[in-house]
Amino acid sequence: MADPMHQFEIHKIVDLPDITLPGIGTIDMAFTNSTLSITIAAVAIVAFMAIVTARPQVVPGRLQVVGEGVFSYIDNLAVGIIGHEGRKFFPFVLSIFLFVLVMNCMGLFLLFTATSQLAVTAALAAITILLVLAVGFARNGLGFFKLFVPSGVPIYMLILVTPIEVISFLLRPITLALRLFGNMLGGHVAMKVFAGFVVSLGALAAGGGLGWLGIPGAALSLSGVVALTALEMLVAFLQAFVFAVLACVYLNDVVNLGHHH
Amino acid sequence: MDPAAAKLIGAGLATLGMIGSGIGIGVIFSGFLQGATRNPSAAAGQFTNLILGAALTEALGILAFVLGLLILFS
Repeated sequence: MADPMHQFEIHKIVDLPDITLPGIGTIDMAFTNSTLSITIAAVAIVAFMAIVTARPQVVPGRLQVVGEGVFSYIDNLAVGIIGHEGRKFFPFVLSIFLFVLVMNCMGLFLLFTATSQLAVTAALAAITILLVLAVGFARNGLGFFKLFVPSGVPIYMLILVTPIEVISFLLRPITLALRLFGNMLGGHVAMKVFAGFVVSLGALAAGGGLGWLGIPGAALSLSGVVALTALEMLVAFLQAFVFAVLACVYLNDVVNLGHHH
Repeated sequence: MDPAAAKLIGAGLATLGMIGSGIGIGVIFSGFLQGATRNPSAAAGQFTNLILGAALTEALGILAFVLGLLILFS
């Protein structure tokens, strides 16, 4: 049976010279299959949005409906969670959502799953958290630390609550990166394991004799692969949506610090 | 005990953390469905909260899964 982890291996497509940065070390700048997948995702999103909005019509065509649907869906999400100031952060949320969604989906169409690389998801999570920190300090100054002191909590409880709040804030980027990574990795490994059953049970049947008993098992695993692919389609969308929702929630914490709405 | 066997057993034990996450997600969706069947008109507005709660709960299960992978492949 093929190794289910084989699909996550990184190959160099074009080997570029290494770059040595002071204080960080040597960075391998090679153009890998992961980089290719990310590039295709970015180009696909830009090309799709450009085609959709090239000739906008009052009565939208099929493609324009899709583009406008995604746009207004995320717009409602950002404004619904952050409030009327959500419009400022809408471009960021839409970019993250579309980028993650397209990268997730590309993994299902026989290309490389970029979001199953922890480096990619960690970078996305780091961008989100750095934006949250930047917005928090820019808007509230040192009042940003009120985030760790919830209002309405008695003083003597703060000894317990503040450390928990600090830890949960520090865990946010980690869980943000690991959730996407774990979902994609786990789903694709499960799919490959079931697909491997089809091949090995088929080989058993080809061996003759009592091996024909492998055929029902192979058929069962094949239907399992089909069902898992459908589930992965749902997960691909859901994880992109979850990433966008959590980015909105974390931004809402610092944008509307101290006054709930 | 053979270290390789201990590694495999440890990775398997680490994924037991997903039990709690599975129960938690079940509780969240059962709560949502109970509320949604009693007041369907309010259900659509709570979809984001539903997904948010499921995602936060699921993260803990994913942590256990990643821990299992770390034990297995390190």
